[in-house]
Amino acid sequence: MDNGAKDILILAIESSCDETAASVVRGGRQVLSNVISSQIALHTQFGGVVPEIASRKHIEKINQVITQALEEAGVTLADITAVGVTYGPGLVGALLVGVAEAKAIAYGAGKPLVGVHHIEGHVSANYIENPDLEPPFACLIVSGGHTHLVIVRDYGEFEIIGRTRDDAAGEAFDKVARAVGLGYPGGPKVDQAARLGDPHAIEFPRARVEGSPYDFSFSGLKSAVLNYINHAKMTGEEIVVADLAASFQSAVVEVLVSRSVLAAQEYGCEKLAIAGGVASNSALRGAMEEACHKAGIRFYHPSPVFCTDNAAMIGVAAYYEYLKGTRHGWDLNAVPNLKLGER
Amino acid sequence: MKILGIESSSLVASVAVVTDDVTTAEYTVNFKKTHSQTLLPMIDQVVQMLELDLQTVDAIAVSGGPGSFTGLRIGSATAKGLGLALDKPLIHVPTVDAMAYCLYGVSGLICPVMDARRNQVYTGLYQFEREFEVVKAQCAMDVEELAGELNRLGERVVFLGDGIPVYGSFFRQRLTIPHDFAPAHANRQRAAAVAALGAVCYRQGKVETAAEHTPDYLRKSQAERELDEARQRGLAGELAAGHCVGAGS
Repeated sequence: MDNGAKDILILAIESSCDETAASVVRGGRQVLSNVISSQIALHTQFGGVVPEIASRKHIEKINQVITQALEEAGVTLADITAVGVTYGPGLVGALLVGVAEAKAIAYGAGKPLVGVHHIEGHVSANYIENPDLEPPFACLIVSGGHTHLVIVRDYGEFEIIGRTRDDAAGEAFDKVARAVGLGYPGGPKVDQAARLGDPHAIEFPRARVEGSPYDFSFSGLKSAVLNYINHAKMTGEEIVVADLAASFQSAVVEVLVSRSVLAAQEYGCEKLAIAGGVASNSALRGAMEEACHKAGIRFYHPSPVFCTDNAAMIGVAAYYEYLKGTRHGWDLNAVPNLKLGER
Repeated sequence: MKILGIESSSLVASVAVVTDDVTTAEYTVNFKKTHSQTLLPMIDQVVQMLELDLQTVDAIAVSGGPGSFTGLRIGSATAKGLGLALDKPLIHVPTVDAMAYCLYGVSGLICPVMDARRNQVYTGLYQFEREFEVVKAQCAMDVEELAGELNRLGERVVFLGDGIPVYGSFFRQRLTIPHDFAPAHANRQRAAAVAALGAVCYRQGKVETAAEHTPDYLRKSQAERELDEARQRGLAGELAAGHCVGAGS
Protein backbone atom coordinates (compact mmCIF):
# COMPACT_ATOMS: atom_id res chain seq x y z
CA MET A 1 0.00 0.00 0.00
CA ASP A 2 1.64 3.16 -1.25
CA ASN A 3 -0.36 5.70 0.69
CA GLY A 4 0.01 3.95 4.04
CA ALA A 5 -2.64 2.18 6.10
CA LYS A 6 -3.41 5.37 8.04
CA ASP A 7 -4.80 7.08 4.95
CA ILE A 8 -7.01 4.21 3.83
CA LEU A 9 -10.58 5.44 3.45
CA ILE A 10 -13.43 2.95 3.56
CA LEU A 11 -16.95 3.79 2.42
CA ALA A 12 -19.14 1.32 4.31
CA ILE A 13 -22.76 0.36 3.72
CA GLU A 14 -25.07 -1.55 6.08
CA SER A 15 -28.65 -2.66 5.41
CA SER A 16 -29.04 -6.05 7.12
CA CYS A 17 -32.17 -5.26 9.09
CA ASP A 18 -34.12 -2.04 9.63
CA GLU A 19 -31.41 0.65 9.54
CA THR A 20 -30.08 2.05 6.29
CA ALA A 21 -26.56 3.21 7.14
CA ALA A 22 -23.40 4.51 5.51
CA SER A 23 -20.12 5.70 6.93
CA VAL A 24 -16.65 6.82 5.97
CA VAL A 25 -13.81 5.48 8.16
CA ARG A 26 -10.18 6.60 7.92
CA GLY A 27 -7.29 4.36 8.89
CA GLY A 28 -9.58 1.74 10.40
CA ARG A 29 -10.52 3.61 13.55
CA GLN A 30 -11.36 7.21 12.78
CA VAL A 31 -15.03 7.64 11.96
CA LEU A 32 -15.41 10.62 9.61
CA SER A 33 -19.17 10.17 9.23
CA ASN A 34 -21.82 7.79 10.50
CA VAL A 35 -25.24 8.26 8.93
CA ILE A 36 -28.14 6.06 10.07
CA SER A 37 -31.67 6.22 8.70
CA SER A 38 -33.80 4.26 11.14
CA GLN A 39 -37.13 2.65 10.27
CA ILE A 40 -38.17 1.77 13.82
CA ALA A 41 -41.25 4.04 13.80
CA LEU A 42 -42.44 2.42 10.59
CA HIS A 43 -42.23 -1.14 11.94
CA THR A 44 -43.69 -0.38 15.36
CA GLN A 45 -47.27 -0.62 14.05
CA PHE A 46 -46.53 -4.21 13.04
CA GLY A 47 -44.94 -5.14 16.38
CA GLY A 48 -41.62 -6.07 14.73
CA VAL A 49 -39.53 -5.69 11.61
CA VAL A 50 -41.44 -6.56 8.42
CA PRO A 51 -38.79 -7.73 5.92
CA GLU A 52 -40.53 -6.51 2.76
CA ILE A 53 -41.19 -3.05 4.21
CA ALA A 54 -37.58 -2.85 5.43
CA SER A 55 -36.30 -3.70 1.94
CA ARG A 56 -38.53 -1.06 0.33
CA LYS A 57 -37.32 1.62 2.74
CA HIS A 58 -33.68 0.70 2.12
CA ILE A 59 -34.00 1.27 -1.62
CA GLU A 60 -35.73 4.62 -1.05
CA LYS A 61 -33.08 5.95 1.33
CA ILE A 62 -29.81 4.35 0.37
CA ASN A 63 -28.44 6.91 -2.08
CA GLN A 64 -29.26 9.87 0.18
CA VAL A 65 -27.63 8.12 3.15
CA ILE A 66 -24.45 7.34 1.18
CA THR A 67 -24.21 10.84 -0.30
CA GLN A 68 -24.68 12.37 3.14
CA ALA A 69 -21.95 10.10 4.58
CA LEU A 70 -19.51 11.26 1.88
CA GLU A 71 -20.46 14.93 2.35
CA GLU A 72 -20.19 14.84 6.15
CA ALA A 73 -16.78 13.20 5.84
CA GLY A 74 -15.74 15.92 3.41
CA VAL A 75 -14.59 13.41 0.79
CA THR A 76 -15.67 12.35 -2.68
CA LEU A 77 -15.99 8.85 -4.07
CA ALA A 78 -12.67 9.39 -5.88
CA ASP A 79 -10.90 9.69 -2.48
CA ILE A 80 -12.25 6.34 -1.25
CA THR A 81 -9.85 3.38 -1.13
CA ALA A 82 -12.42 0.57 -0.98
CA VAL A 83 -16.14 -0.04 -0.50
CA GLY A 84 -17.18 -2.27 2.43
CA VAL A 85 -20.63 -3.81 2.76
CA THR A 86 -22.51 -6.14 5.09
CA TYR A 87 -23.39 -9.31 3.14
CA GLY A 88 -24.74 -11.38 6.05
CA PRO A 89 -26.21 -12.47 8.33
CA GLY A 90 -29.57 -10.67 8.23
CA LEU A 91 -32.80 -10.34 6.27
CA VAL A 92 -32.03 -11.47 2.74
CA GLY A 93 -34.12 -8.85 0.94
CA ALA A 94 -32.67 -6.08 3.08
CA LEU A 95 -29.08 -7.30 2.65
CA LEU A 96 -29.53 -7.51 -1.14
CA VAL A 97 -30.19 -3.78 -1.44
CA GLY A 98 -26.93 -2.85 0.26
CA VAL A 99 -24.95 -5.54 -1.55
CA ALA A 100 -26.25 -4.62 -5.04
CA GLU A 101 -25.75 -0.92 -4.34
CA ALA A 102 -22.23 -1.35 -2.93
CA LYS A 103 -21.18 -3.56 -5.82
CA ALA A 104 -22.47 -1.07 -8.41
CA ILE A 105 -20.76 1.86 -6.65
CA ALA A 106 -17.47 0.00 -6.37
CA TYR A 107 -17.73 -1.13 -10.00
CA GLY A 108 -18.73 2.28 -11.30
CA ALA A 109 -16.03 4.07 -9.34
CA GLY A 110 -13.35 1.46 -10.02
CA LYS A 111 -12.80 0.59 -6.34
CA PRO A 112 -12.23 -2.78 -4.67
CA LEU A 113 -15.15 -4.40 -2.84
CA VAL A 114 -14.90 -5.92 0.64
CA GLY A 115 -17.82 -7.93 2.05
CA VAL A 116 -18.21 -7.86 5.83
CA HIS A 117 -19.90 -10.15 8.35
CA HIS A 118 -22.44 -8.11 10.31
CA ILE A 119 -21.49 -9.55 13.70
CA GLU A 120 -17.78 -9.10 13.04
CA GLY A 121 -18.77 -5.49 12.44
CA HIS A 122 -20.41 -5.33 15.86
CA VAL A 123 -17.25 -6.70 17.50
CA SER A 124 -15.17 -4.14 15.56
CA ALA A 125 -17.32 -1.29 16.93
CA ASN A 126 -15.17 -1.60 20.07
CA TYR A 127 -12.07 -0.41 18.17
CA ILE A 128 -13.63 2.97 17.34
CA GLU A 129 -13.44 4.59 20.79
CA ASN A 130 -10.74 2.39 22.29
CA PRO A 131 -7.48 3.07 20.44
CA ASP A 132 -5.61 0.76 22.86
CA LEU A 133 -7.86 -2.25 22.22
CA GLU A 134 -6.20 -4.93 20.14
CA PRO A 135 -6.76 -8.69 19.91
CA PRO A 136 -6.69 -11.04 21.67
CA PHE A 137 -9.75 -10.39 23.84
CA ALA A 138 -13.00 -12.06 24.84
CA CYS A 139 -16.19 -10.61 23.43
CA LEU A 140 -19.85 -11.11 24.25
CA ILE A 141 -22.10 -10.37 21.25
CA VAL A 142 -25.72 -9.80 22.22
CA SER A 143 -28.41 -8.60 19.86
CA GLY A 144 -31.92 -9.35 18.63
CA GLY A 145 -30.65 -12.15 16.44
CA HIS A 146 -27.42 -13.29 18.09
CA THR A 147 -25.92 -14.33 21.41
CA HIS A 148 -22.31 -15.44 21.03
CA LEU A 149 -19.32 -15.65 23.31
CA VAL A 150 -16.13 -15.50 21.27
CA ILE A 151 -12.40 -15.18 21.68
CA VAL A 152 -11.08 -12.65 19.17
CA ARG A 153 -7.68 -14.19 18.34
CA ASP A 154 -6.70 -11.59 15.77
CA TYR A 155 -8.42 -9.09 13.50
CA GLY A 156 -11.08 -11.10 11.66
CA GLU A 157 -10.22 -14.33 13.53
CA PHE A 158 -12.83 -15.62 15.91
CA GLU A 159 -13.16 -18.69 18.06
CA ILE A 160 -16.76 -19.22 19.08
CA ILE A 161 -16.80 -20.77 22.55
CA GLY A 162 -20.47 -20.29 23.45
CA ARG A 163 -23.79 -19.49 21.87
CA THR A 164 -27.47 -19.53 22.65
CA ARG A 165 -29.25 -22.86 22.30
CA ASP A 166 -32.61 -21.21 21.58
CA ASP A 167 -33.63 -17.54 21.71
CA ALA A 168 -31.17 -14.69 21.32
CA ALA A 169 -30.97 -12.40 24.36
CA GLY A 170 -32.51 -9.50 22.44
CA GLU A 171 -35.32 -11.74 21.24
CA ALA A 172 -36.17 -12.59 24.87
CA PHE A 173 -36.31 -8.85 25.62
CA ASP A 174 -38.66 -8.28 22.67
CA LYS A 175 -40.98 -11.14 23.61
CA VAL A 176 -41.18 -10.16 27.29
CA ALA A 177 -41.75 -6.51 26.36
CA ARG A 178 -44.60 -7.51 24.05
CA ALA A 179 -46.15 -9.77 26.72
CA VAL A 180 -46.32 -6.96 29.30
CA GLY A 181 -47.40 -4.36 26.76
CA LEU A 182 -44.19 -2.32 26.71
CA GLY A 183 -44.06 -2.51 22.90
CA TYR A 184 -41.29 -2.61 20.36
CA PRO A 185 -38.29 -2.47 20.39
CA GLY A 186 -38.20 -4.46 23.61
CA GLY A 187 -34.62 -3.91 24.77
CA PRO A 188 -34.71 -0.17 25.47
CA LYS A 189 -38.31 -0.38 26.79
CA VAL A 190 -37.48 -3.10 29.34
CA ASP A 191 -34.26 -1.29 30.30
CA GLN A 192 -36.20 1.90 30.98
CA ALA A 193 -39.04 0.21 32.91
CA ALA A 194 -36.54 -1.80 34.98
CA ARG A 195 -34.89 1.33 36.37
CA LEU A 196 -37.89 1.89 38.66
CA GLY A 197 -38.27 -1.78 39.63
CA ASP A 198 -36.89 -4.19 42.20
CA PRO A 199 -34.67 -6.84 40.52
CA HIS A 200 -35.28 -9.22 43.46
CA ALA A 201 -39.07 -8.89 43.43
CA ILE A 202 -39.66 -12.04 41.39
CA GLU A 203 -37.34 -15.06 41.36
CA PHE A 204 -36.80 -16.11 37.73
CA PRO A 205 -34.54 -19.06 36.78
CA ARG A 206 -30.88 -18.62 35.71
CA ALA A 207 -30.61 -21.27 33.02
CA ARG A 208 -27.47 -23.37 32.68
CA VAL A 209 -26.73 -25.58 29.73
CA GLU A 210 -25.52 -28.93 31.08
CA GLY A 211 -21.92 -29.64 30.10
CA SER A 212 -21.49 -26.35 28.19
CA PRO A 213 -20.27 -23.67 30.59
CA TYR A 214 -20.38 -20.90 27.95
CA ASP A 215 -23.67 -21.65 26.21
CA PHE A 216 -26.89 -19.78 26.88
CA SER A 217 -30.58 -20.63 26.95
CA PHE A 218 -33.29 -18.02 27.30
CA SER A 219 -36.43 -19.90 26.31
CA GLY A 220 -36.92 -21.29 29.84
CA LEU A 221 -36.66 -17.80 31.30
CA LYS A 222 -39.04 -16.43 28.70
CA SER A 223 -41.56 -19.19 29.53
CA ALA A 224 -41.18 -18.51 33.26
CA VAL A 225 -42.03 -14.83 32.66
CA LEU A 226 -45.02 -15.70 30.48
CA ASN A 227 -46.24 -18.26 33.07
CA TYR A 228 -45.88 -15.65 35.81
CA ILE A 229 -48.01 -13.21 33.78
CA ASN A 230 -50.68 -15.82 33.02
CA HIS A 231 -50.82 -16.94 36.63
CA ALA A 232 -51.16 -13.35 37.84
CA LYS A 233 -53.93 -12.69 35.34
CA MET A 234 -55.83 -15.82 36.38
CA THR A 235 -55.59 -15.12 40.09
CA GLY A 236 -56.28 -11.43 39.62
CA GLU A 237 -52.92 -10.41 41.07
CA GLU A 238 -51.58 -7.06 39.98
CA ILE A 239 -48.47 -7.21 37.76
CA VAL A 240 -45.93 -4.54 38.66
CA VAL A 241 -44.34 -4.05 35.25
CA ALA A 242 -41.26 -2.30 36.65
CA ASP A 243 -40.55 -5.17 39.06
CA LEU A 244 -41.14 -7.78 36.41
CA ALA A 245 -38.89 -5.97 33.93
CA ALA A 246 -36.14 -5.52 36.54
CA SER A 247 -36.35 -9.16 37.68
CA PHE A 248 -36.31 -10.53 34.15
CA GLN A 249 -33.47 -8.23 33.11
CA SER A 250 -31.35 -9.13 36.11
CA ALA A 251 -31.81 -12.85 35.32
CA VAL A 252 -30.54 -12.26 31.76
CA VAL A 253 -27.72 -9.96 32.84
CA GLU A 254 -26.48 -12.25 35.60
CA VAL A 255 -26.13 -15.17 33.19
CA LEU A 256 -24.44 -13.07 30.49
CA VAL A 257 -21.97 -11.49 32.91
CA SER A 258 -21.00 -14.61 34.86
CA ARG A 259 -20.36 -16.66 31.72
CA SER A 260 -18.42 -13.90 29.97
CA VAL A 261 -16.14 -13.25 32.93
CA LEU A 262 -15.57 -16.99 33.39
CA ALA A 263 -14.64 -17.29 29.71
CA ALA A 264 -12.19 -14.39 29.88
CA GLN A 265 -10.53 -15.97 32.94
CA GLU A 266 -10.41 -19.51 31.60
CA TYR A 267 -9.00 -18.37 28.25
CA GLY A 268 -6.49 -16.06 29.86
CA CYS A 269 -7.90 -12.85 28.38
CA GLU A 270 -7.12 -9.63 30.20
CA LYS A 271 -9.70 -7.81 28.14
CA LEU A 272 -13.45 -8.33 27.74
CA ALA A 273 -15.66 -6.44 25.30
CA ILE A 274 -19.37 -6.42 24.58
CA ALA A 275 -21.06 -5.75 21.25
CA GLY A 276 -24.46 -5.73 19.56
CA GLY A 277 -27.75 -3.93 20.19
CA VAL A 278 -28.20 -5.33 23.72
CA ALA A 279 -24.70 -4.07 24.63
CA SER A 280 -26.28 -0.65 25.16
CA ASN A 281 -28.43 -2.05 27.99
CA SER A 282 -27.53 -0.02 31.07
CA ALA A 283 -27.90 -2.88 33.56
CA LEU A 284 -25.66 -5.14 31.47
CA ARG A 285 -22.99 -2.47 31.18
CA GLY A 286 -23.12 -1.71 34.91
CA ALA A 287 -22.92 -5.34 36.00
CA MET A 288 -20.19 -6.15 33.48
CA GLU A 289 -18.12 -3.16 34.60
CA GLU A 290 -18.39 -4.24 38.24
CA ALA A 291 -17.64 -7.92 37.61
CA CYS A 292 -14.65 -7.10 35.39
CA HIS A 293 -13.30 -4.69 37.96
CA LYS A 294 -13.49 -7.39 40.64
CA ALA A 295 -11.80 -9.93 38.37
CA GLY A 296 -9.05 -7.55 37.27
CA ILE A 297 -10.18 -7.60 33.64
CA ARG A 298 -10.32 -4.49 31.45
CA PHE A 299 -13.86 -3.92 30.21
CA TYR A 300 -14.63 -2.36 26.80
CA HIS A 301 -17.92 -1.32 25.28
CA PRO A 302 -18.99 0.89 22.39
CA SER A 303 -21.17 3.98 22.83
CA PRO A 304 -24.86 3.28 22.22
CA VAL A 305 -24.71 4.80 18.70
CA PHE A 306 -22.09 2.18 17.76
CA CYS A 307 -24.04 -0.65 19.47
CA THR A 308 -27.11 -0.36 17.27
CA ASP A 309 -26.73 -1.32 13.63
CA ASN A 310 -24.44 1.21 11.96
CA ALA A 311 -22.04 1.35 9.05
CA ALA A 312 -19.04 2.76 10.96
CA MET A 313 -18.46 -0.64 12.55
CA ILE A 314 -18.70 -2.23 9.08
CA GLY A 315 -16.09 0.27 7.87
CA VAL A 316 -13.74 -0.73 10.70
CA ALA A 317 -14.15 -4.44 9.99
CA ALA A 318 -13.76 -3.82 6.24
CA TYR A 319 -10.51 -1.95 6.87
CA TYR A 320 -8.91 -4.92 8.63
CA GLU A 321 -10.26 -7.30 5.98
CA TYR A 322 -8.85 -5.00 3.29
CA LEU A 323 -5.42 -5.06 4.97
CA LYS A 324 -5.54 -8.87 5.01
CA GLY A 325 -6.21 -8.84 1.25
CA THR A 326 -9.90 -9.74 1.24
CA ARG A 327 -11.52 -8.66 -2.05
CA HIS A 328 -14.95 -9.78 -3.26
CA GLY A 329 -16.04 -10.22 -6.88
CA TRP A 330 -18.97 -8.62 -8.70
CA ASP A 331 -20.89 -11.83 -8.05
CA LEU A 332 -20.96 -11.26 -4.27
CA ASN A 333 -24.32 -12.42 -2.95
CA ALA A 334 -26.22 -11.75 0.27
CA VAL A 335 -25.84 -14.68 2.67
CA PRO A 336 -28.67 -14.44 5.23
CA ASN A 337 -27.25 -17.14 7.54
CA LEU A 338 -23.55 -16.37 7.13
CA LYS A 339 -21.56 -18.03 9.92
CA LEU A 340 -19.13 -16.12 12.10
CA GLY A 341 -15.60 -16.41 10.72
CA GLU A 342 -16.91 -17.78 7.36
CA ARG A 343 -15.29 -16.28 4.25
CA MET B 1 -26.69 9.02 -27.32
CA LYS B 2 -25.80 5.97 -25.27
CA ILE B 3 -28.25 4.26 -22.89
CA LEU B 4 -27.44 1.36 -20.58
CA GLY B 5 -30.55 -0.77 -20.05
CA ILE B 6 -31.12 -3.03 -17.03
CA GLU B 7 -33.96 -5.53 -16.67
CA SER B 8 -34.39 -7.89 -13.69
CA SER B 9 -38.10 -7.80 -12.92
CA SER B 10 -38.67 -11.53 -13.52
CA LEU B 11 -36.73 -14.74 -14.13
CA VAL B 12 -35.03 -12.88 -16.99
CA ALA B 13 -31.80 -11.03 -16.28
CA SER B 14 -30.92 -8.74 -19.16
CA VAL B 15 -28.43 -5.97 -19.86
CA ALA B 16 -28.11 -3.90 -23.05
CA VAL B 17 -26.41 -0.87 -24.50
CA VAL B 18 -28.33 1.12 -27.10
CA THR B 19 -26.24 3.65 -29.01
CA ASP B 20 -28.40 6.05 -31.01
CA ASP B 21 -30.60 3.72 -33.08
CA VAL B 22 -28.53 0.58 -32.67
CA THR B 23 -28.39 -2.10 -30.01
CA THR B 24 -24.61 -2.44 -29.64
CA ALA B 25 -24.88 -5.23 -27.08
CA GLU B 26 -27.53 -7.25 -25.33
CA TYR B 27 -27.01 -10.05 -22.82
CA THR B 28 -30.16 -11.91 -21.78
CA VAL B 29 -30.41 -14.97 -19.60
CA ASN B 30 -33.72 -16.61 -18.73
CA PHE B 31 -32.56 -19.38 -16.47
CA LYS B 32 -32.23 -19.16 -12.71
CA LYS B 33 -33.24 -16.33 -10.45
CA THR B 34 -29.73 -15.52 -9.30
CA HIS B 35 -29.78 -11.89 -10.41
CA SER B 36 -27.84 -10.77 -7.35
CA GLN B 37 -24.89 -12.88 -8.52
CA THR B 38 -25.27 -12.46 -12.28
CA LEU B 39 -26.49 -8.97 -13.09
CA LEU B 40 -23.33 -6.96 -12.39
CA PRO B 41 -20.99 -9.58 -13.95
CA MET B 42 -23.26 -9.42 -17.05
CA ILE B 43 -22.86 -5.62 -17.16
CA ASP B 44 -19.10 -6.10 -16.79
CA GLN B 45 -19.10 -8.56 -19.73
CA VAL B 46 -20.98 -6.13 -21.96
CA VAL B 47 -18.68 -3.27 -20.94
CA GLN B 48 -15.61 -5.38 -21.80
CA MET B 49 -17.06 -6.61 -25.11
CA LEU B 50 -17.83 -3.06 -26.19
CA GLU B 51 -14.58 -1.66 -24.74
CA LEU B 52 -17.01 0.75 -23.16
CA ASP B 53 -16.04 3.64 -20.91
CA LEU B 54 -19.10 3.86 -18.66
CA GLN B 55 -18.52 7.60 -18.33
CA THR B 56 -19.67 7.96 -21.97
CA VAL B 57 -23.14 6.60 -21.13
CA ASP B 58 -25.78 9.36 -21.11
CA ALA B 59 -28.26 7.65 -18.82
CA ILE B 60 -29.17 4.35 -17.20
CA ALA B 61 -32.61 2.98 -18.07
CA VAL B 62 -34.01 0.52 -15.57
CA SER B 63 -37.09 -1.64 -15.76
CA GLY B 64 -38.94 -0.03 -12.86
CA GLY B 65 -41.66 -2.58 -12.11
CA PRO B 66 -43.95 -4.26 -11.54
CA GLY B 67 -42.47 -7.71 -11.03
CA SER B 68 -40.60 -9.75 -8.45
CA PHE B 69 -40.08 -7.37 -5.51
CA THR B 70 -36.55 -8.65 -4.87
CA GLY B 71 -35.67 -8.79 -8.58
CA LEU B 72 -36.78 -5.20 -9.04
CA ARG B 73 -34.69 -4.03 -6.09
CA ILE B 74 -31.57 -5.77 -7.37
CA GLY B 75 -31.92 -3.97 -10.72
CA SER B 76 -32.87 -0.74 -9.01
CA ALA B 77 -29.97 -0.78 -6.51
CA THR B 78 -27.56 -1.66 -9.32
CA ALA B 79 -28.81 1.29 -11.40
CA LYS B 80 -28.79 3.62 -8.39
CA GLY B 81 -25.26 2.62 -7.42
CA LEU B 82 -23.99 3.09 -10.97
CA GLY B 83 -25.85 6.40 -11.24
CA LEU B 84 -24.30 7.60 -7.99
CA ALA B 85 -20.77 6.50 -8.90
CA LEU B 86 -20.90 7.78 -12.49
CA ASP B 87 -23.07 10.83 -11.74
CA LYS B 88 -25.57 9.84 -14.43
CA PRO B 89 -29.36 10.23 -14.50
CA LEU B 90 -31.72 7.26 -14.36
CA ILE B 91 -34.71 6.59 -16.60
CA HIS B 92 -37.57 4.74 -14.96
CA VAL B 93 -39.13 2.61 -17.70
CA PRO B 94 -42.39 0.88 -16.72
CA THR B 95 -41.72 -2.87 -17.10
CA VAL B 96 -44.94 -3.70 -18.96
CA ASP B 97 -44.44 -0.75 -21.36
CA ALA B 98 -40.96 -1.99 -22.24
CA MET B 99 -42.34 -5.49 -22.87
CA ALA B 100 -44.94 -4.12 -25.29
CA TYR B 101 -42.19 -2.13 -27.01
CA CYS B 102 -40.64 -5.51 -28.00
CA LEU B 103 -43.53 -5.85 -30.48
CA TYR B 104 -43.09 -2.46 -32.13
CA GLY B 105 -45.36 -1.86 -35.13
CA VAL B 106 -47.77 -4.72 -34.53
CA SER B 107 -51.34 -4.02 -35.65
CA GLY B 108 -54.11 -4.36 -33.09
CA LEU B 109 -53.52 -4.49 -29.35
CA ILE B 110 -50.40 -5.65 -27.54
CA CYS B 111 -51.05 -7.23 -24.17
CA PRO B 112 -48.06 -8.19 -22.01
CA VAL B 113 -49.01 -10.53 -19.16
CA MET B 114 -46.66 -11.16 -16.22
CA ASP B 115 -47.70 -13.86 -13.77
CA ALA B 116 -48.58 -11.99 -10.56
CA ARG B 117 -49.96 -15.10 -8.76
CA ARG B 118 -53.33 -15.19 -7.00
CA ASN B 119 -55.09 -15.37 -10.40
CA GLN B 120 -53.71 -11.98 -11.37
CA VAL B 121 -51.38 -10.68 -14.03
CA TYR B 122 -49.41 -7.49 -14.29
CA THR B 123 -50.63 -6.21 -17.60
CA GLY B 124 -51.45 -3.19 -19.77
CA LEU B 125 -52.70 -2.51 -23.30
CA TYR B 126 -50.72 -0.86 -26.07
CA GLN B 127 -51.08 -0.06 -29.77
CA PHE B 128 -49.19 1.59 -32.63
CA GLU B 129 -51.15 4.33 -34.37
CA ARG B 130 -48.38 6.41 -35.89
CA GLU B 131 -46.52 6.03 -32.59
CA PHE B 132 -46.38 3.84 -29.48
CA GLU B 133 -49.51 4.46 -27.42
CA VAL B 134 -50.50 3.32 -23.97
CA VAL B 135 -54.18 2.30 -24.18
CA LYS B 136 -54.34 1.01 -20.64
CA ALA B 137 -51.56 1.82 -18.19
CA GLN B 138 -49.83 -1.09 -16.47
CA CYS B 139 -51.68 -2.52 -13.49
CA ALA B 140 -52.35 -5.71 -11.54
CA MET B 141 -55.51 -7.30 -12.85
CA ASP B 142 -57.61 -10.42 -12.45
CA VAL B 143 -57.27 -12.65 -15.55
CA GLU B 144 -61.03 -13.09 -15.75
CA GLU B 145 -61.48 -9.32 -15.82
CA LEU B 146 -58.76 -8.90 -18.45
CA ALA B 147 -60.36 -11.49 -20.76
CA GLY B 148 -63.69 -9.69 -20.40
CA GLU B 149 -62.17 -6.32 -21.23
CA LEU B 150 -60.34 -7.67 -24.31
CA ASN B 151 -63.55 -9.26 -25.58
CA ARG B 152 -65.40 -5.94 -25.13
CA LEU B 153 -62.72 -4.01 -27.02
CA GLY B 154 -63.10 -6.52 -29.85
CA GLU B 155 -59.69 -5.92 -31.44
CA ARG B 156 -57.04 -8.44 -32.44
CA VAL B 157 -54.54 -8.92 -29.58
CA VAL B 158 -50.99 -10.26 -29.32
CA PHE B 159 -49.84 -11.58 -25.95
CA LEU B 160 -46.36 -11.87 -24.54
CA GLY B 161 -44.84 -12.52 -21.13
CA ASP B 162 -44.37 -15.24 -18.52
CA GLY B 163 -48.11 -15.17 -17.85
CA ILE B 164 -48.63 -17.14 -21.08
CA PRO B 165 -47.46 -20.54 -19.80
CA VAL B 166 -49.78 -20.04 -16.81
CA TYR B 167 -52.87 -18.44 -18.39
CA GLY B 168 -52.43 -19.10 -22.15
CA SER B 169 -54.98 -21.92 -22.31
CA PHE B 170 -57.37 -19.88 -20.18
CA PHE B 171 -57.21 -17.00 -22.69
CA ARG B 172 -57.62 -19.40 -25.63
CA GLN B 173 -60.85 -20.64 -24.06
CA ARG B 174 -62.28 -17.31 -22.98
CA LEU B 175 -61.38 -14.98 -25.82
CA THR B 176 -63.91 -14.44 -28.60
CA ILE B 177 -61.51 -12.18 -30.53
CA PRO B 178 -58.58 -13.07 -32.80
CA HIS B 179 -55.44 -13.44 -30.68
CA ASP B 180 -51.88 -14.62 -30.97
CA PHE B 181 -48.84 -15.27 -28.81
CA ALA B 182 -45.46 -13.67 -29.54
CA PRO B 183 -42.59 -15.97 -30.61
CA ALA B 184 -39.47 -16.82 -28.59
CA HIS B 185 -37.33 -13.81 -29.50
CA ALA B 186 -39.98 -11.33 -28.38
CA ASN B 187 -42.07 -12.91 -25.64
CA ARG B 188 -40.14 -12.00 -22.51
CA GLN B 189 -38.52 -8.93 -20.95
CA ARG B 190 -35.51 -7.57 -22.81
CA ALA B 191 -33.08 -4.88 -21.72
CA ALA B 192 -32.71 -3.64 -25.32
CA ALA B 193 -36.41 -2.69 -25.24
CA VAL B 194 -35.90 -1.00 -21.86
CA ALA B 195 -32.97 0.97 -23.27
CA ALA B 196 -34.73 1.81 -26.57
CA LEU B 197 -37.89 3.03 -24.84
CA GLY B 198 -35.61 4.70 -22.29
CA ALA B 199 -33.98 6.63 -25.12
CA VAL B 200 -37.42 7.96 -26.15
CA CYS B 201 -38.06 9.08 -22.54
CA TYR B 202 -34.58 10.62 -22.39
CA ARG B 203 -35.27 12.74 -25.47
CA GLN B 204 -38.48 13.92 -23.82
CA GLY B 205 -36.53 14.88 -20.69
CA LYS B 206 -38.19 12.17 -18.58
CA VAL B 207 -35.24 11.38 -16.32
CA GLU B 208 -34.75 11.21 -12.58
CA THR B 209 -31.76 11.32 -10.26
CA ALA B 210 -30.28 8.07 -8.96
CA ALA B 211 -31.34 9.13 -5.45
CA GLU B 212 -34.96 9.69 -6.52
CA HIS B 213 -35.40 6.37 -8.24
CA THR B 214 -37.44 3.69 -6.51
CA PRO B 215 -39.29 0.70 -8.04
CA ASP B 216 -43.00 0.83 -8.74
CA TYR B 217 -44.28 -2.42 -7.22
CA LEU B 218 -47.99 -1.84 -7.99
CA ARG B 219 -48.69 -3.88 -4.88
CA LYS B 220 -48.39 -3.32 -1.16
CA SER B 221 -46.40 -5.72 1.00
CA GLN B 222 -48.32 -8.61 2.52
CA ALA B 223 -48.01 -7.16 6.03
CA GLU B 224 -49.52 -3.85 4.86
CA ARG B 225 -52.36 -5.65 3.09
CA GLU B 226 -53.08 -7.65 6.24
CA LEU B 227 -52.98 -4.51 8.36
CA ASP B 228 -55.37 -2.74 5.96
CA GLU B 229 -57.76 -5.68 6.08
CA ALA B 230 -57.52 -5.89 9.86
CA ARG B 231 -58.19 -2.16 10.15
CA GLN B 232 -61.25 -2.57 8.00
CA ARG B 233 -62.44 -5.25 10.39
CA GLY B 234 -61.48 -3.10 13.36
CA LEU B 235 -58.89 -5.55 14.56
CA ALA B 236 -55.78 -3.44 14.12
CA GLY B 237 -54.90 -3.49 17.81
CA GLU B 238 -55.21 -7.23 18.04
CA LEU B 239 -53.00 -7.79 15.02
CA ALA B 240 -50.28 -5.42 16.19
CA ALA B 241 -50.21 -7.14 19.60
CA GLY B 242 -50.17 -10.72 18.40
CA HIS B 243 -48.31 -10.48 15.12
CA CYS B 244 -44.82 -11.84 15.51
CA VAL B 245 -42.31 -11.00 12.83
CA GLY B 246 -38.65 -11.96 12.92
CA ALA B 247 -36.35 -9.18 14.08
CA GLY B 248 -32.62 -8.91 13.55
CA SER B 249 -30.15 -7.21 15.81
